[in-house]
Amino acid sequence: MWKRLLLALTTLFTAVGAAAQEGASAFNMTRGVTEISRDAFDMHMLLLWICVAIGVVVFGIMTWSLIRHRKSRGAKAAKFSENTAVEIIWTVIPVLILVGVAVPATAVLLKTNAAAPEPDVVVDVHGSQWKWEYVYPEENISFVSNLASASRDASQLNAEDNPADNPNYLLDVDNPLVVPTGKDVRLRITSDDVIHSWWVKELGFKRDAVPGQFNNADIRIDEPGTYRGQCAELCGSGHAYMPVVVEAVTPEAYEEWVAQKQQAAAKAAEQASAPYNFEVAMKQGKNVYESACASCHQTNGKGIEGTFPALEGGKITTGPVEGHMKIVIHGSEKNPVMQAYGDKLSNRELAAVITYERNAWSNDTGDLVTPQAVEAAR
Amino acid sequence: MSQTADSVVDHIEHEHSHHGPRKGLLRWLLTVNHKDVGTMYMVLALVALLVGGVMALVIRAELFQPGLQLTQPQFFNSLTTMHGLTMIFLAIMPGLTGLANWMVPLQVGADDMYWPRVNNWAFWMLPPAAIMLWIGFFMPQGAPGGGWTLYAPLSSTYAPPSIDWVIMAIHIMGISSILGALNIILTILKMRTKDMRLWDMPLFTWTWLITGFLLLLAMPVLAIAVTMLLTDRHLGTNFFEAAAGGDPVLFQHIFWFFGHPEVYIMILPAFGIVSEIVPAFSRKPLFGRTSMIWAVIAITFLSAIVWAHHMFTVGLPVEAQVLFMYTTMLIAIPTGIKIFNWVATMWRGSMTFEAPMLWALAFIFLFTIGGFSGLMLADVPADYQYHDTYFVVAHLHYVVVTGSLFAIIAGIYYWLPKWTGHMYNSALAKWHFWLSVISVNVTFFPMHFAGLAGMPRRIPDYPLQFMDFNMISTVGSFVFGLSQLLFIWLVIQTIRGGKKVGNRPWDGAKGLEWTLPSPPPYHTFTTPPSRQTVHEEGPHGYH
Repeated sequence: MWKRLLLALTTLFTAVGAAAQEGASAFNMTRGVTEISRDAFDMHMLLLWICVAIGVVVFGIMTWSLIRHRKSRGAKAAKFSENTAVEIIWTVIPVLILVGVAVPATAVLLKTNAAAPEPDVVVDVHGSQWKWEYVYPEENISFVSNLASASRDASQLNAEDNPADNPNYLLDVDNPLVVPTGKDVRLRITSDDVIHSWWVKELGFKRDAVPGQFNNADIRIDEPGTYRGQCAELCGSGHAYMPVVVEAVTPEAYEEWVAQKQQAAAKAAEQASAPYNFEVAMKQGKNVYESACASCHQTNGKGIEGTFPALEGGKITTGPVEGHMKIVIHGSEKNPVMQAYGDKLSNRELAAVITYERNAWSNDTGDLVTPQAVEAAR
Repeated sequence: MSQTADSVVDHIEHEHSHHGPRKGLLRWLLTVNHKDVGTMYMVLALVALLVGGVMALVIRAELFQPGLQLTQPQFFNSLTTMHGLTMIFLAIMPGLTGLANWMVPLQVGADDMYWPRVNNWAFWMLPPAAIMLWIGFFMPQGAPGGGWTLYAPLSSTYAPPSIDWVIMAIHIMGISSILGALNIILTILKMRTKDMRLWDMPLFTWTWLITGFLLLLAMPVLAIAVTMLLTDRHLGTNFFEAAAGGDPVLFQHIFWFFGHPEVYIMILPAFGIVSEIVPAFSRKPLFGRTSMIWAVIAITFLSAIVWAHHMFTVGLPVEAQVLFMYTTMLIAIPTGIKIFNWVATMWRGSMTFEAPMLWALAFIFLFTIGGFSGLMLADVPADYQYHDTYFVVAHLHYVVVTGSLFAIIAGIYYWLPKWTGHMYNSALAKWHFWLSVISVNVTFFPMHFAGLAGMPRRIPDYPLQFMDFNMISTVGSFVFGLSQLLFIWLVIQTIRGGKKVGNRPWDGAKGLEWTLPSPPPYHTFTTPPSRQTVHEEGPHGYH
């Protein structure tokens, strides 16, 4: 009997042990690529082994008792119901174990929360339904990170595309967050609407994006690579569709990327100051649409039945232009998910995106909405 | 109680000839009898278990494979939200209250509850509340989808109109719980037969006494939280509106000040049930009886100072995180003591494994696994990874399903012969047990792995690497769900007939309820039990 038990236990231990050493096992937490994530992993493994050990002892004794002390084997019930020594032992041992866990946990926790003295890069992370916006205040760069269209198309109810064809299904975005390796990067995480949570498991933490407050998180990634995560706090119907993708690149590549982004921004600014006409409006409107509107109403303007209204052939987008401007500027009275974009976009951006929505796809109103008209409708 | 023996006999005969139950539906509507009210609570709990269970199965069916096959995301969120609210407030809590209604008066030798009519009201508030809770599914924009935790602002300004109905339903369920708790506390303290000392009360009654006080602490706080949501929505109070100087995190503090005691409200009476069953089928007194009671009191105290462990990622100051990590870890000590005591009760006992014992044993094994993951979650640096993933989903289902629900089922198997006077089909009970205990692990154990691999909670669709875990969980959940139909069939069968049982169908069972006939007459303990009976059925009656 003992032999069999021992054999079963050894098999179990070697299996779990092998999985633990592998680190990146599909069954276990990742070791990740930051000091924080490695500490979290070590704490996790320490706790796991303590639980396994307690479990083996407690369940072992219990199983022994279940086998030996059964009436069918002729066991006679003892009468005892107290034993002070035993009770003291099984109170003191858990206390010691807890102290043994609490000491390293406190040390790691303090270390994890310690702020880097002078971060090399600062990024403001804004969660909003259902996308992340990354703002680099010092570099003067900002962009929106939306779920990539390949995932979006395959994620619809009864979609024609098969999710299994995309290895990064629901984990790919159009514009990832780019950070340099080996540098201290401070993320200042907040939200523009409901609570979200910014999480990449390889970085070792998640931090809630709470409206009205900035939660700082300092990261330092050693290995270049692409690290993927998802929003972790329920934030409405698009909760599953706002992944977080971080590209860690060498400092040189990072500088290059910054220069590129700045150039693109300058170009966009140029476009935005070009004389306003129908063609320019449609071009600019398409850009605004894809970063601000497409996560709900979809790139093809068809929306999602029952959740997000279709803009193609929609009542508002093909009806009177006043109503269309009103809902984009002030948001929907009936449904808070349709936010007010009056504060988020300029008159010209609003005019362009409304023009785009009224003329894209099969919509063909021919309307050109001007920034002046938007200003008047505010 | 000061009546002479003769007048007591007269009284009993009077009762029997004129005060049986009413006939027909009015019996149930107007009853003030604790047994009838208890039965109604149990039926409601069973109905809610089925409704919440169907929601769970739709959720699991959608998660069977990546992509959306059945539900739109908003409807999926409504399902997860309503599944949680239904199971907590309409299945588990009424299930435990039903057991208390039936058993507390019998265990303390009282002839009914302290306020019989209030007891009737407390129950009859629940069916309308249930309708108000579920009606959102038929309203424009559907039922709320912000999670059972109702976090602001997703469940205040961003919620569909049906949230107002949910808030009112929570208010009504809260009032019902408070009345129920007061009634149970008063029954125990004021109507306990005079020969039963407080410390000699059965453990189920003890845990309910403490749970009663915990309900009085927790439910008003929930009422405050949801009222603030309501006024934010309609009166412009902006408690949780960051743009107007409010703070969404404030909601979480208030909610979890209710929410953590709430999980103990669901588990303490379960501890009580298991503490009745393990000695009965080990034929040995409960080990460390006094320490069991003190452990429950300690857990209750600690439960009120751990709430922020649900909020380690919201950006609390690091000192607060350290403090709440410590208080949370401390809970492991009294909880461990309880588990050790149960094991020590079995040690050198003379055990048999009838259905109640099987479920109690499954409870001890599986609740302990839920306790282990709880200990892991308490550790903040690791929690930064676990938080809001399927690891948490696994943890909470191990404590609520294989904890609270398994204990309720164990209690029903333990007391059903007493209630009905019939022994159930034990072969069917074994099938129900083994199918359930295997499938529940197939359902929830893989969720630990899904969570560690990085799957967030509350998502209708997921990346490909989580597919295998989800497929296994879904298969398990359907077997678990369907197995419960066996249970319903078994209960109906037992109510309708079966082998007659005597006063004490379990030879090792102790307690005043086992001195009564099975089924007990409509009115019991109109004559208080004798001092000797109380002594023999109490903890000192083993020698």
